[in-house]
Amino acid sequence: MSIASFEPTTLLTVLPEILLLALAGIILVVDLASQRSRGLLLAWLTALGLTGILIIALLYGQPGENDVLIFGGMLRHDWTAFAFRVLFLFAAAMTALLSIDVEGVADRGEYYALLIVATLGMSLMASSADMIMLFLAIETTSIPLYILAGFMKGDDKSTESGLKYFLFGALTSAVMLYGFSLLYGFSGDTNIYRLSEAMRAGAVSPWLIGGMAVLVLVGFSFKISAAPFQFWAPDVYEGAPTPITSFISTASKAAGFAVLLRFMLAVFPAIEAEWVTLLAIIATATMTVGNVLAIPQTNIKRLLAYSSIAHAGYAMIGLVALSSFGTATVIFYLIGYVVTNITAFAVVILFARSAGSDEIVDYAGLSRRSPGLALVLLVALLSLGGMPPLAGFVAKFYVFAAAIESGWIWLAFVGVLNAIIGLYYYMTILKVVYLYRSEDENKPITIPRSYALVLMICVIAILAIGTLSAPWLDWSVNSALSLF
Amino acid sequence: MAFLQAHLLTLILFSPVAGGVLLLLIPRERLQAIRWAALFVSLIPFGLALWLWFTYQPGVEGYQFVEQAIWYEAISSSYHLGVDGISVPMVMLTTLLTPLAILISWSIEDNVRSYMTLFLLLETGMLGVFMSLDLLIFFVFWEIGLIPMYFLINQWGSGNREYASFKFLIYTMAGSLGLLLAIQMIGVASGTFDLIAITEKWSALNQSLTLFGLPITLAIGTVKKIAFWAFVVAFAIKVPIWPFHTWLPDAHTEAPTAGSMILAGVLLKLGAYGFLRLVLPLYPVEAKYFAGVLGFLAALAIVLGAFASWGQDDFKRLVAYSSVNHMGFVVLGIAAAAFAQGTMQADDAVIAINGAVLQMFNHGLSAAGMFLLVGVIYDRAHTRDLNELGGLFPLAPIYGGILIFTAMASLGLPGLNGFVSEFLVVRGSWPIFTLYTAASMLGLLITGAYILKGIAKVLQGPLNEKWLGHKMEINRREIIAIAPLMFLMLLIGVWPAWILNIINQTVKLLFG
Amino acid sequence: MEVPILSIVVFTPILFGVVLFFFPAERHREIRIFALAGATIALILSLWAYFTYDQAIGGYQLVERYSWVPRLGISYHVGVDGMNAPLVLLTGIVMFTGVLISWGIDDRPREFFGFLFILATGVFGVFVSLDLFQLFFFYEIAVFPMYLLIAIWGWKVTREYAAMKLTLYLFVGSVIAIVGGLAMYFASGAHSFSLFALEGAGFSVDFQRFWFPFVFFGFAVLGGIFPVHNWSPDGHVAAPTAVSMFHAGVLMKVGAFAALRVGIMLLPEGARFWAPLVLGLATVNVVYGAFIASIQTDFKYVIGFSSVSHMGLVILGFATLNLNGITGAGIQMFSHGVMTALFFAVVGMVYDRAHTREIPKLGGFIKVMPLVGIAFIIGGLVSMGMPGFSGFVAEFPIFMGLWQSQPIVAIIAAFSIVITAGYIMRVIGRVFFGEMPEELKGHITPINTFDKIALVILSGILLLVGVYPTIIAPLVESGAQVVLALVGGA
Repeated sequence: MSIASFEPTTLLTVLPEILLLALAGIILVVDLASQRSRGLLLAWLTALGLTGILIIALLYGQPGENDVLIFGGMLRHDWTAFAFRVLFLFAAAMTALLSIDVEGVADRGEYYALLIVATLGMSLMASSADMIMLFLAIETTSIPLYILAGFMKGDDKSTESGLKYFLFGALTSAVMLYGFSLLYGFSGDTNIYRLSEAMRAGAVSPWLIGGMAVLVLVGFSFKISAAPFQFWAPDVYEGAPTPITSFISTASKAAGFAVLLRFMLAVFPAIEAEWVTLLAIIATATMTVGNVLAIPQTNIKRLLAYSSIAHAGYAMIGLVALSSFGTATVIFYLIGYVVTNITAFAVVILFARSAGSDEIVDYAGLSRRSPGLALVLLVALLSLGGMPPLAGFVAKFYVFAAAIESGWIWLAFVGVLNAIIGLYYYMTILKVVYLYRSEDENKPITIPRSYALVLMICVIAILAIGTLSAPWLDWSVNSALSLF
Repeated sequence: MAFLQAHLLTLILFSPVAGGVLLLLIPRERLQAIRWAALFVSLIPFGLALWLWFTYQPGVEGYQFVEQAIWYEAISSSYHLGVDGISVPMVMLTTLLTPLAILISWSIEDNVRSYMTLFLLLETGMLGVFMSLDLLIFFVFWEIGLIPMYFLINQWGSGNREYASFKFLIYTMAGSLGLLLAIQMIGVASGTFDLIAITEKWSALNQSLTLFGLPITLAIGTVKKIAFWAFVVAFAIKVPIWPFHTWLPDAHTEAPTAGSMILAGVLLKLGAYGFLRLVLPLYPVEAKYFAGVLGFLAALAIVLGAFASWGQDDFKRLVAYSSVNHMGFVVLGIAAAAFAQGTMQADDAVIAINGAVLQMFNHGLSAAGMFLLVGVIYDRAHTRDLNELGGLFPLAPIYGGILIFTAMASLGLPGLNGFVSEFLVVRGSWPIFTLYTAASMLGLLITGAYILKGIAKVLQGPLNEKWLGHKMEINRREIIAIAPLMFLMLLIGVWPAWILNIINQTVKLLFG
Repeated sequence: MEVPILSIVVFTPILFGVVLFFFPAERHREIRIFALAGATIALILSLWAYFTYDQAIGGYQLVERYSWVPRLGISYHVGVDGMNAPLVLLTGIVMFTGVLISWGIDDRPREFFGFLFILATGVFGVFVSLDLFQLFFFYEIAVFPMYLLIAIWGWKVTREYAAMKLTLYLFVGSVIAIVGGLAMYFASGAHSFSLFALEGAGFSVDFQRFWFPFVFFGFAVLGGIFPVHNWSPDGHVAAPTAVSMFHAGVLMKVGAFAALRVGIMLLPEGARFWAPLVLGLATVNVVYGAFIASIQTDFKYVIGFSSVSHMGLVILGFATLNLNGITGAGIQMFSHGVMTALFFAVVGMVYDRAHTREIPKLGGFIKVMPLVGIAFIIGGLVSMGMPGFSGFVAEFPIFMGLWQSQPIVAIIAAFSIVITAGYIMRVIGRVFFGEMPEELKGHITPINTFDKIALVILSGILLLVGVYPTIIAPLVESGAQVVLALVGGA
């Protein structure tokens, strides 16, 4: 882990970030320049731009043999950052496409610009190696998201969502920052990778380290909506414009995990046993709270919010396993989860466009109105439930395997039983979709091309990850290795 | 010809069911076509059985016309057939009675095709039991006989048929359950189901407690005992031996005429055959030990059966109980032989068994005949109540003559077949089971009483007015049906050697 | 290059199912014909796999192996042996006859056949799997579509409840088994999910005894073992006819088979240790199931509970851990599968016409539907273990195996035969014979040709195996030998 001196080639490593910034600027300019609001143009431009950056990141952004710290130790160029970056770009591109025609957001250039900036922040979050950089990245991500959540000015729920998100986020950020400051205080260094050595050298009491870990975890838990900091999620998800809900639930959560993985593994090896136990408890609480509270929900966005909370719990199990394989399974889980959740929300958006409702009862007869859309929803919900041959199955399988490998048998059992609870409410939705009749059965649901593209890409991805799984597992394993 | 010789038993065995399947091709409304076809089909095994009879060589040790083929190797069971002097008469009886029963069934109007097919299926079942040399095959055919009879009673029987058929089914199945368990145990203990192989090794299986290296949790002695009792109960239900007989009066009475003919004529013999073929050879010691009980029960059957018959008002039920009475002699003979075989009284045992087997055949003839005649009256008068009938002799003289003839055979009049077999049984059992044999003589007395009662109540006495003007006489078809029976009854009565020889040669070899 | 028969068998249904989803919804006729084509292909190939199995060579044949996730030692590995070849054939038969019976489905046949075929792929996949991950993969695929099939096309009165209960029960069982499977994978140190690797892994005695219940009972839930059997009667009754046929005929065998493959064969010491408990529970299945069946008034519930009873016999056979018992269990899976498919087909035909399944309200059906009645009688005789039919061929070795291991169980289980005879004859008598109730007279339409073909095929197989057991027994026995070699019995 040497700090490389500045060379022009280092810029290549942050090329994606630079391009993101440029893209944001381009969007704003195009928005100003165009006569009337060109929602379609902006969205496609964003999406294509993001896709282009994704391709560039794939081609040129791969790290080399060793993981290097760059920019004076601010960032780390490794597989973890790479993998997550690609994930964020994918999610953002999909979100952009899904935002077409969504009332109140679609034709605003600022919307897309903020989206891009948030993506930039996430990308930095995933590669941050320094606490200050990390905090900056987190804020760069969060603030645009707060705004985006409350973007629909006229909508009470959206405003409430944005405000809640902001207040809660700000509070937990502050606590986390306090934790960071303590860490700096006790070690004299802001670089994550040197913190642990410095603390050991300073013979800091494990209790203190534990306390700092807890403070830091507050912030991280908020980001990934883990118990007991999860209760912003349902309200925020419900109120925000659905594409943003999708983005928050997927990319933002993944970013939070990226930080969680990197930080905990790097900074707190001294009290590994303790924070792992704590995380196990948090994971159990998260899964259970998420699943149990999802059951009585009548609004599909709220239900998916609680389901997302539960999924954070499942993913955490992999981290509890505290092994290279375990960490790999977390990353793999997130990959599968991101693709699946986007699909689910895409269906929600499409349905809301035509039916104007997010209530589950209104989904009755969807299978007759639009068999294809019902099938996509089936695929998404089954993947969330963990059914083969979909991504969710292998993701859960690997996570539980990691837990069992490390001896966390009881946690694995808790996980599988929670998965069953999850299946219960997913199946209930499917029952409404396929079994119940409604008078609106004959009104078809229009699916514009952009949405069809998203659905197709995501469904294929879900199936591919679920059946082939090996390529993505390899990625995840490589990423995990770089964290260990 | 060689093919015939090599596969005679299989042909006899399967021609009925094959024919039955072909019958299904005839459209169900063509009643006459079905009846004639069924009759024709049933005559094929009869013809083949005649061939069998005449080419069978008495006095040769072992089974003849043996056939063996792979069937269920996984559990060491094969399709193994063969006959000896005990089974040949039984095969003959079965193949003879079936066409006659079919001939009697001409008056059935309802669902004739199913009826005939069931009959033929039944025939295969019964033949299979008599011919099989493999315990599993034995059991298979034993069970196959059950279901057609159930349906025959249930669908074509009289008033109380649902109850009677159900009782028949449950009783016999309970019995065959024991049979099944016993056969399973024997199979497990000896590693094969082949009768010949088992008979050879069975007595030697006394010492070892482990089988195939596997410790089984039951001692061999216990296995044998349980199997013995299971067999006894199963066969006792079938014969039937008092007190397992209570299914019989209902089943016989409610069955359609032809069903009763076969039921009494052949099915009951399956039980006795089981005793002879399986219980005595495999369990000489246990059989000897319990022979006294068996003899006692036999005597009870003879006496109580006769009394029960005497007390009946229903003609058919009277004949039904007479079966209990007559089969009692069979059991007495078997019991005596069980007690005495291999001892100094072995000769008497041989005589007793000869009597028993011949009685099986004879009772088959006479019971079938009696039921046939009961059926004739029922067909005309639609009642079986003896008090309603009466004085029919003038209206139906031919019928009356035949009834008297057959009843005398049943009674055991010298000159007719019943006498020969009953005499042999009594002669053979007297030295062995004197007390029981004496009791059975009492039974004979009562037998006379009920037979005469039956005849008297039907044929003599004041004529019930309502029969005037009805056509009560027996018709030509029915005469043709009973004629062979009458002929055989007379033939055996005056010259029994032709059948006794065949039986005796085998019995001597097996039990001498 | 050999033709990958097994993969074609496994994937044909789901391929046809996926293609079906692209058909326009209204083209009912084309949908049905296409579905039938898929079922026919699967049937022919399964027949091929069955009859080309060479018993002289033994072992696994038609093997295919491809690397799937090499990092974790997961491969796509399939093969047939004596135990699963009959089950593959069974699936082909039930799938084919099920499509024939479902010709009349009018409400979204496209989705119906699509989901049914996904189910079929799952089932085929489990039977031929030689990789543990793959087995779990296909197992879940086999379970899930049941929910939709029952909830959407099932009996309105109980379908939602029954579908949810069934699916949750089965999933809980399977995920518990998955945890056990993962424990085995990691404990073996072989870094491979291949069943062969796990068979030779040499798990410690304590490990085996601890994990056996999780794995065995997790799968045996689908096999209907007492006391986690009560998803089954409700599920059977609520499902539409073809789904009931599949469910009782094939799916329950998937559970029992997986319990054998993963539980008994991989954890033999655990199997030996827990055998008494399994024997006890399965005995309860057999007797209690028969008893409860005999007091039902709904025709379909009688059949549902009789399935619980007969699956008990399968589990009993497995628990004997000897050659006879396992062979018998293997044959019973096939025989009962065909028999219960036949039963449910008949029940469906009666219900479609009478619109009631209450036995007191039925009667005299044999006059208007003679073939149906005879088919049911044949099924009934199989159910009673009547010789001459496949039920006897299957039950006999099971009882022999029981004599060798626990004779008391043999005696108790034998009572169920009498109880079964009682209720079967009663049902036959009340439903098919006797007098038809007034309100039904004149309303009973005859069955169509497809129904007849299905009935004849199913009845014929039951008879064929009954009179000629050699067609299945040696094959299953060779498979049982493999199991025995692992268990170490005789």
